[in-house]
Amino acid sequence: MKYIDEFRDGELATNLGASIAATAQPGRNYSFMEFCGGHTHAISRYGLSDLLPPTVRMVHGPGCPVCVLPIGRVDLAIRLALERGVILCTYGDTLRVPASDGLSLMKAKARGGDIRMVYSTIDALQIARDNPGREVVFFAIGFETTTPPTAVAIQQADAEGLKNFSVLCCHVLTPSAISNILESPEVRQWGTVPLDGFIGPAHVSTVIGSRPYEFFAEEYRKPVVIAGFEPLDVMQAILMLVRQVNEGRAEVENEFSRAVTRDGNLKAQDRVAEVFELRREFEWRGLSVVPYSALRIRAKYAGFDAERRFKLDYRSVPDNKACECGAILRGVKRPQDCKIFGTVCTPENPIGSCMVSSEGACAAHYSYGRYKDVH
Amino acid sequence: MGEVKRGYVRPLDLKNGRVDMTHGSGGRSMVQLISELFAKHLGNEYLGQGNDGAVLPAPTFNGKPGRIVMATDSHVVSPLFFPGGDIGCLSVHGTVNDVAVMGAKPLYLAAGFILEEGFPLAELARIVESMARAAREAGVPVVTGDTKVVERGKGDGIFITTAGVGVLPDGLELGGSLARPGDVILVSGSLGDHGVAIMSKRENLSFDAPIESDTAALNGLIEAMLATGAGLRCLRDPTRGGLAATLNEIATQSGVGMMLYEQALPVKPVVSAACEFLGLDPLYVANEGKLVVICNALDAELLLNVMRAHPLGRDACFIGDVIADDHHFVQMTTAFGGKRIVDWLAGDQLPRIC
Repeated sequence: MKYIDEFRDGELATNLGASIAATAQPGRNYSFMEFCGGHTHAISRYGLSDLLPPTVRMVHGPGCPVCVLPIGRVDLAIRLALERGVILCTYGDTLRVPASDGLSLMKAKARGGDIRMVYSTIDALQIARDNPGREVVFFAIGFETTTPPTAVAIQQADAEGLKNFSVLCCHVLTPSAISNILESPEVRQWGTVPLDGFIGPAHVSTVIGSRPYEFFAEEYRKPVVIAGFEPLDVMQAILMLVRQVNEGRAEVENEFSRAVTRDGNLKAQDRVAEVFELRREFEWRGLSVVPYSALRIRAKYAGFDAERRFKLDYRSVPDNKACECGAILRGVKRPQDCKIFGTVCTPENPIGSCMVSSEGACAAHYSYGRYKDVH
Repeated sequence: MGEVKRGYVRPLDLKNGRVDMTHGSGGRSMVQLISELFAKHLGNEYLGQGNDGAVLPAPTFNGKPGRIVMATDSHVVSPLFFPGGDIGCLSVHGTVNDVAVMGAKPLYLAAGFILEEGFPLAELARIVESMARAAREAGVPVVTGDTKVVERGKGDGIFITTAGVGVLPDGLELGGSLARPGDVILVSGSLGDHGVAIMSKRENLSFDAPIESDTAALNGLIEAMLATGAGLRCLRDPTRGGLAATLNEIATQSGVGMMLYEQALPVKPVVSAACEFLGLDPLYVANEGKLVVICNALDAELLLNVMRAHPLGRDACFIGDVIADDHHFVQMTTAFGGKRIVDWLAGDQLPRIC
């Protein structure tokens, strides 16, 4: 497949693996966090860790939109579907996130909730047009990549006068999550989570550009390489990080120069700014309440804000006590360190959200890598 | 006064008519539906007996008595018509293949229809015609059937359940528990065509190159393979859950592990592109006319040659090895040289968010 196979060339990968091994200094350990679940997925799916020297370790970060969605938010969506009779539209893997009372959106659907999977906000708008007598709510989750389409959908609904459409906005911000990790005592004070650098998600940077990362590089002295999601992109980014660490540099480098610029997509940023504003705080699964880390709908578009429209009250719900998703999302623990990993908690019956999406650290390790734990 | 024409029944309106509750009530309308539609297309000497059950000759294999193999399969596909096929031919192929992969020669089919009130008769006729064509091509007649009608809203247009009977010669043993370390894994052609054809239709996606379902009856191909006398252990058609589910089943049943080679897996470029686009993995996508073969390594070449000589096995190839593994993992050496598990699917494949 054109433009895909070029970035999955096994021979080049082996060469890159050899370069990383040759560049890594003997006696030195390197820990890099791939922030985004898409990278976690690529690393597991292509078996990339097998190509890295043992001194280079990848730590999975919290950048999986499903994984950081707290139970309380999914509960809101379920209540809308079951108690308020709305048509609830959402992206695919949100359906299986465990919520309160043993429910998930999938299970709520079996109990009679009208819950529909959509591929894009355009589908949700169409459902609203086709069902003028019903309330249609789009459960909007995701980082900066999925935010502009939600903004456009709200503006489109506004322009069309689509009165039965609203959005339950749970969009979150990548840079705030990274600062939160860098500010955590495990990284800053105790050093129990050694982090020598970050791989930044390229699709986020196609929107926000590479500029927002310059602050981390400077303030926390951590190199950042913005990388694509093909396996060769990830290998190349790791090599670039090893070089930066060796040379004592902490810069923002762009591996994904084929689509990412320093400023990003200004049009998309404008649309987002027109429709959304910062929330003072937002609860993340694993990171707890993070200040200024998520978006809400501006007063101008209040009619399209499901939280206002249905007067929803957010209630925080603690995670299952045995679940280590929180520590895993912060890079403090690995999936296999969790007592219920692969026993009580499996992809068929996820207890924590990291076991839900194939981007989640637990699901990725369970589905692709657990043979390493037993041999 | 006009004379009442005895025995005249106005024919079914196959253009604009619709299924109604009387078509399942046991009265004249039901008899009419059966005779003008089902019997017309599917008719054969056994179905023509018109009794509650079909009386069939005792099955033999090359003149010798054999064992009976029986399988059943329910079909609830949406959309009913998709590129490369429809629920009608699918319901024949599915069951014929389930019987054939046991090594048996499929002989007879039974078909049960659950129709939803309001379903257009024109679509029903298309489906039954397609079934008849598929049954003829596979050489397996539908010898008995049943029709029920459910109220509007209680079905999804049409559900078809078929059951098949075949004869298995004495001495031939194929099964999921017979794979042994050292055996090899072959497939008869490209993976994921059916599932992606359905999905692209469902999501209203169109691609430059059309993606067609691979739905087909595999009994001819299997017959040719069996005729070689090669050391076959197990045949399966990797339908729901795709190749990954089928291999995990066999690995568990046989108590072995497997090692696949990603570079050897045949996936059409357009299917692979659609999967990238939809966030799916072709290993987990359904096939309806493909065969997974576990065989003695020494006979692999012979079998591949026979398969490639058959139109349904033209792209047959080697994809992996059966290995010893107490954990019964299906693993894969990625095109990248790394390793990973090819696990069971947890529920449906859901597209990733970003």
